[in-house]
Amino acid sequence: MSFLTLTDITKSFGANTVVRGFDLAVEKGEFISFLGPSGCGKTTVLRMVAGFETPSSGRIAVEGRDVTALPASKRRIGMVFQAYALFPNMTVAQNVAFGLKIAGMERAAIRARVAEMLELIALGHLAGRYPYQLSGGQQQRVALARALAPKPDLLLLDEPLSALDAKIRVSLRDDIRAIQRELGITTIFVTHDQEEALSISDRVVVMHQGRADQTGSPAEIYNRPATRFVAGFVGHLNTFDAHVGRSGTLFFGGRSFPGIVPEMREGTRLTVALRPEALALAPRGPGDLQIGGTVIDTNFLGSVIRARVRIAGISVAADMFNQSGAAAVPAPGAEAALWFSRDDLLVLPARADA
Amino acid sequence: MRRVPVLSWLAALLAAAYFLVPLYATFKFSLQMKRGELSFESYRSVLSSDLFLQVLGFSAMASLAAIVLGILLVVPTAYWVRLKLPGLRPLTEFLSLMPLIIPPVVLVFGYVRIYGTGSVLPLTMTEAGTNLLLVIGYTVLSLPYMYRAVDNGMAAIDIATLTEAAESLGASRLRTVATVIFPNIRSAIVSGAFLTFSISLGEFVVTSLLSRPGFGPYMVQIGQDYAYQPAAIAIMAFAFTWICMVLMELFATARPGQGPFRRRKGKKG
Repeated sequence: MSFLTLTDITKSFGANTVVRGFDLAVEKGEFISFLGPSGCGKTTVLRMVAGFETPSSGRIAVEGRDVTALPASKRRIGMVFQAYALFPNMTVAQNVAFGLKIAGMERAAIRARVAEMLELIALGHLAGRYPYQLSGGQQQRVALARALAPKPDLLLLDEPLSALDAKIRVSLRDDIRAIQRELGITTIFVTHDQEEALSISDRVVVMHQGRADQTGSPAEIYNRPATRFVAGFVGHLNTFDAHVGRSGTLFFGGRSFPGIVPEMREGTRLTVALRPEALALAPRGPGDLQIGGTVIDTNFLGSVIRARVRIAGISVAADMFNQSGAAAVPAPGAEAALWFSRDDLLVLPARADA
Repeated sequence: MRRVPVLSWLAALLAAAYFLVPLYATFKFSLQMKRGELSFESYRSVLSSDLFLQVLGFSAMASLAAIVLGILLVVPTAYWVRLKLPGLRPLTEFLSLMPLIIPPVVLVFGYVRIYGTGSVLPLTMTEAGTNLLLVIGYTVLSLPYMYRAVDNGMAAIDIATLTEAAESLGASRLRTVATVIFPNIRSAIVSGAFLTFSISLGEFVVTSLLSRPGFGPYMVQIGQDYAYQPAAIAIMAFAFTWICMVLMELFATARPGQGPFRRRKGKKG
């Protein structure tokens, strides 16, 4: 039995349905991310798990216990908010102690637990400071310690990194994952940033218009997107309109590729997609396929060089590693051939029914 | 070189003179009770009057009661409206401004009719009942200021998220209000309290028409009977108002850990 089970959750605000038929089973100790654009319903699902919103229909269970109607204060959750939400009238230590006091712990035990939590986030020296005396990153660490102090069953993180600088964001992200692993606490992390979701999660739920479009490991989500939306939202994608000819021949990018979609009916219209890193200037294996066009320009991105090539009227991005011995970067205006493996070709439904 | 803005300074000085000259004149006059010399005789005379201390005490008590009633009425209302019924904010704001539109005289006659002899709830028949009406009247008159102060205080902190944070840590609604919301809008509440106090303390219309022995009617009576003492009282009332303003300013700008009510505990770093 899963630790947290969401069954057929629907949530409407008036006539506006923001979550439809959402199902999810989370194992104990798992780190799950809800990924999606703003308005996709990811925060609403999190808030229903927290108990701040009540589902219009559906059931939420923790270890088989139905908690759908339980108020937030009785759910044993730890929540971290985008806006930190530290109590401004309390010091760092008092903030962390808040949940322990409510739980009725003894003073000595509270003091020990607070010290332990501040140790965990490496901010023990700031115990006596007030929130306004801390940086954003420090405040969010304190908020994490405050949420974890009462040993909750579930840790819920609502875009906790969105208000922080790029550098802090990455380091705190790694810290959150490390702490989560150390404590083994079941965690749901809401973000609109695909890099965040892919880098620290056991599983990612990509949400779109109130539904879970795909649930899977970061590698599955990235390499095998289940829907056109997932493919477009996660990572950069070159898409081509394509159609199927006789005996599985695929036509796209001004070329024909005989026999590579034998299961498709002749005349089917679809979209095919290739990740920039799937395209190379030279074949990488036997049976690699080739498209070609004119180089528009090249961008130096550090570890990667991105070339933009015009193929059949559209601009296609191709990434090459910046390493010694790599093929020479083509100059703008030059003709270039781009090679890819059949396995990297993503076949998606055509645009019309996206 | 920057030119001195002569005209602006002149306008400012004129405006200042408009307030300061009468104040100075009143002050000077209040010192002239003894012929031929300046003394604080009029102040001594006022402060040594038993009646003065009595009415001041009565009005201070009534004002404090009005503050407590105002806080109990306004804080939960403003909190609930902001948290759960944000659509009602324009309505509550409008209601809180009504006392500025409806003259106190209308308010007090309304009270006397509704709670007078022969009514369902004849509050004016007893001393305690009339005092209660007086406190309610003060609360209503200071409602625009109290509501505004508290509502602004709540706007300055994210009460929705703070409430959720407290609840996720297991706090009940009551505990959340008492330990999280209340302390964080304390300075706003104190501002509202000082405003309520300065409005209620010298209030005349409601106090007089409910025939309560308050400070406002006393001042009017003194003004009719004496020459120097009213000037002394006016100056003292003025000084008192200023002290209230300064205290308000101090509380409004105080941050946790360095406000006037500095907590001793929590000093570790």
